[in-house]
Amino acid sequence: MSALFDWLLALSALALGLASVAARSRFAAIALFIAYGVLVSLLWVRMGAVDVALAEAAIGAGLTGVLMLQAAPGASAGPAPRLRALPVAVAAATAAALMVAVADIGRAPGETLGARAMAELGRAGADNPVTAVLLSYRGWDTFLETVVLGVALVAVWALAAEAQWGGPATARQRVRPAGLLSTFGRLLPPVGLVTGAYLVWTGASAPGGAFQGGTVLAAMWLLAMMADRVAAPATGSAAIRLLLVAGPALFLAAGLLGTAFGTMFGWPPGFEKPAVLAVEFGLAVSIAATLALLVVGPPQLGR
Amino acid sequence: MTGPLAAALVGAGVLFFLAGTVGLLRFPDLHARLHALTKADTLGLGLVAAGVALLAGDVLVVARLLLIWLLAMLAAATAGQLIARAARPRPREPRP
Repeated sequence: MSALFDWLLALSALALGLASVAARSRFAAIALFIAYGVLVSLLWVRMGAVDVALAEAAIGAGLTGVLMLQAAPGASAGPAPRLRALPVAVAAATAAALMVAVADIGRAPGETLGARAMAELGRAGADNPVTAVLLSYRGWDTFLETVVLGVALVAVWALAAEAQWGGPATARQRVRPAGLLSTFGRLLPPVGLVTGAYLVWTGASAPGGAFQGGTVLAAMWLLAMMADRVAAPATGSAAIRLLLVAGPALFLAAGLLGTAFGTMFGWPPGFEKPAVLAVEFGLAVSIAATLALLVVGPPQLGR
Repeated sequence: MTGPLAAALVGAGVLFFLAGTVGLLRFPDLHARLHALTKADTLGLGLVAAGVALLAGDVLVVARLLLIWLLAMLAAATAGQLIARAARPRPREPRP
């Protein structure tokens, strides 16, 4: 019965992916892509990878979908660009290479990486093996990922006109005071803030973490801005810029501290768990601010 | 006894989801489609959650199911209203 469910889920995801690529309008392509992301995150749940499922639902389907909707002005009107042979070939080749690589993991002789990751968990500072991989074993990769996010935001801000550089980001909608959106923007953020903080905290021992919790926090900030409960920040303010780099800076500082104990990003013995938690919370705040401001877009005068 | 009752509740919930989806696909205009989608799905999710809650052995799990239903209801109601309002023709709306 559950095998039938998995087959239906996998085939539906595949069909949605194809439909998204072949969609006739940009809006339809984006809507189908979001639905595809939700199904893929359900597939990750079925495979027991709840961390990945959370990240896929929050970032892959939710945030990326919003970014694409914003990036395609008049998306409902414009026809989708035609499929070109070269990008299709590159994508197909990449997918094929990944499939071969994944199939190869299962055939690797001797112990798998999973077993080794579990064996060293006691020294990694996290009971959740995914968090251990992200923050301890592969600290460098995760650190660079968070830096890339910041660079992306700089690129978005660079689209601002010269006169607006450093000016306020614009998230203004027309909101009636005490209207529906205004009430929603007051009702949901308290629940969302607790949920986001909980996701970061629980990431050390259960599915969750800085990216998943940070996305929830970003959504709450965006909602509060859209509902006109808080003003959109000035992109030039020192406080905002500090907020954006605080997480990666804390990560880098903790990594440098590790060099005193032998290796970059190697946590000092006994301080693994506090180090992981501090970096997680710092990262969550910076990730939340970066993602929210990515959606808000470059500073501009009256949209 | 709880088993068949839970199955009946989940089954009824699935029927409401099905009805909401048929309405979304078949109804003639946006407001009718929104009506089918938000109302039928909210009731469907409530029935499914009630059925699953019967099978859950833990009060905390039941509380979480209830919270999920309430949040989904809040989100569906708000999103439905906002979409309906955005689709409304507005030549005579006063400018702020």
